[in-house]
Amino acid sequence: MIEVLFFFEVVLAGLLAGTMYSLVALGFVLIYKASSTFNFAQGAMVFFAVLSFVGFMEQGIPFAAAFVLTVLLMIAVGFATERLVLKPLVNQSEDTLLMATIGLAFVLQGLAQAVWGVEVRRLDLGVGDFPIPWIADNLGLFVSALDVMAGVVAATLIVILALMFKYTKMGLGLRAVADDPGAAASIGIPLKNIMLLVWSAAGFVALVAGMMWGARAGVQFALVDLALKALPVLIIGGFSSIPGAIVGGLIIGVVEKVLEVYVGPSFGGGIEGWAPFVLAIFFLLWRPEGLFGEKIIRRV
Amino acid sequence: MVHPRIRMMIAGAAIAATSLLALPDGAAAQETQYFPVPSSRVGPYSAMGTGYYGAQIDYMNYINMNGGVNGVMLTWQECETEYNAAKTVECYQRLLEKDGQKMVVFDTLGTPGAYAVINRMAEDEVVLAQYGYGRTDAADGTVWPWVFNAASHYWDQIAVKLRFMAEQEGGIENMRGKKIVHMHIDSAFGREPLPAMRAIAEEWGFELIEIAIVPPGLEQQSQWLQVRREQPDWVTFWGAGSGMNSTGMTNAARVGFPRERLIYVTFGAAEEDMGPAGDSATGTYAMANALPGKDYPLVKAIEEQVYGAGKGNLADPNRIGSVYWNRGLGAAVMWVEALRNAQQIHNKIGQPVTGAEFRDGYEAIKMTPERLEELGIAGMIAPFELSCEKHDGAGKFAMMQWDGTKFVQVTDWQEPLDPPFIRALIKDSAAKFAAENNITPRTCP
Repeated sequence: MIEVLFFFEVVLAGLLAGTMYSLVALGFVLIYKASSTFNFAQGAMVFFAVLSFVGFMEQGIPFAAAFVLTVLLMIAVGFATERLVLKPLVNQSEDTLLMATIGLAFVLQGLAQAVWGVEVRRLDLGVGDFPIPWIADNLGLFVSALDVMAGVVAATLIVILALMFKYTKMGLGLRAVADDPGAAASIGIPLKNIMLLVWSAAGFVALVAGMMWGARAGVQFALVDLALKALPVLIIGGFSSIPGAIVGGLIIGVVEKVLEVYVGPSFGGGIEGWAPFVLAIFFLLWRPEGLFGEKIIRRV
Repeated sequence: MVHPRIRMMIAGAAIAATSLLALPDGAAAQETQYFPVPSSRVGPYSAMGTGYYGAQIDYMNYINMNGGVNGVMLTWQECETEYNAAKTVECYQRLLEKDGQKMVVFDTLGTPGAYAVINRMAEDEVVLAQYGYGRTDAADGTVWPWVFNAASHYWDQIAVKLRFMAEQEGGIENMRGKKIVHMHIDSAFGREPLPAMRAIAEEWGFELIEIAIVPPGLEQQSQWLQVRREQPDWVTFWGAGSGMNSTGMTNAARVGFPRERLIYVTFGAAEEDMGPAGDSATGTYAMANALPGKDYPLVKAIEEQVYGAGKGNLADPNRIGSVYWNRGLGAAVMWVEALRNAQQIHNKIGQPVTGAEFRDGYEAIKMTPERLEELGIAGMIAPFELSCEKHDGAGKFAMMQWDGTKFVQVTDWQEPLDPPFIRALIKDSAAKFAAENNITPRTCP
């Protein structure tokens, strides 16, 4: 019974960690949907956003004002990216855009550290990273209150984004741009505004993801590596699907936890670093477009 | 017509004048000794790098402001490694020479970086000064003439940790049947103490469980769930980088593991590691090979003179006296002591020394309590002596505990319960390396 309960706890921990991965993956999906570009800078945006947020608070700015200020900053980053990086590269190949985002990642990492310093910061969101006493006492499961809050925030954000894409004018415009930018532009959809909006939305998602991860693991440079964690999530879920980011995140979260706890000791441990990528390779062989991605049919 | 002799004299004077003009201000006719600084100021390991290398630069500035080492002024050059082994090799190459002068010592502040350059030392005649990190069996100077791990190494450190546990449990006999988890970053640094730990586990009869964490260690839930299942008596945490270290403590709190049973390695034992973990860090033990604090005359003198003159290297002067800063100071004091010894041994007072001479100076270091008192760091590090054969330091560590705001020293400088046992492991490992690599160990006087 104890072992069953423990297994349940491992799965639960995986699901909650998975929602955190989904949050990061969401930022990638937003930009990929609009420009078919894998935004390598998303991890750096997470780091930049949350470090700026904490930096503003260190200057004595209250929590809510610092949040608004950081959102505005991320919109400015989106605007600058659109003007200085994307616009000059219009009609360039996806590979070129990918390289540009790699460059952008280095710029954001360096800028954040130059402005705010390099120390690891603590971020207190008012919810402790301790087991919820009632669940621990009655069910014998150790579930962190912070993890539950992160799960709720991630779910809310995902629902809002999904509704926005489905029912708003902006969402329709974005879908049109994603399908065929040329056709979208010919019917009057302002590509420039759509891109600005998407990058701003990705910046907002980066801030929220950074706050959740920062509260859990400290606001630190290692947050940029979250980009790598999101990669197998996107391969499994599909690069252009919001539900895919959720399901992919949950699958990765559960698989890596179960494998690390039950299989890892036989391999000397530390397998959760590469196990998700092995799974992603299987998905690439079986379903290259991911679980929720659109199947691409090309005439040859 | 000008006489050829006079022409030569004029030419010589012109060359001399040009050379003097080429020297930096105030450096004319002054001898210099060059030290490389392969710092790690950005990235996940920046807290270590800014504090440690900051102190080294502060101390070199302090020495220069007080007339240098017998008149020899210290110069240095920085290169950013980001605590990355590949970049450390690149920096090694870049820093090897400056203004025609070759470096005499290299300090990577990281085991992966140390392993990456360790085989260059003999060829380049450069001392690899591993201040409490790096390859442990380099403590055998007969096999590793150019490598030192003064300020003690990881095998002594793990043995002192186990001594602490044994004392808490009421003796070695009570360690039989105990369960100890060694949770470590999945790297050369994380695995370094394992040979000694496994040997002691066999000797004492406790169960050792090894759990690896994938760097950078933001996600440690799986590892701590294993701790929850195993219910160990103690956990030794061997992490690197403030992010991984603070995450370790928050995860311990998540699974309800008592922090009073959690002991951090020296590279997780800094204020920058504890602070981000908040309340979760309170009670955690951590080891020191250089104690923090500002109540040492040398620390006060640097603060007054160097920072007073606006030449301090730390962006935040409040970090003076912190764990990493004091550790860097301990390392720099050794460099200067080795230089002083080398000048004396080789009759080169007031002159720069070569790598080989510097090594002789290093092996002649005698940090007696009296010498530490003179240097102004009595109590900050344990007294120790080096020799041709013995390249490790005191083999002693002090245990500290985080009280929520600062470290509190809870033990005096302690050595392993059985130092000859650890020394035998070192000799054995070094001999094996020598045999595998066709190295004939040198004979020490």
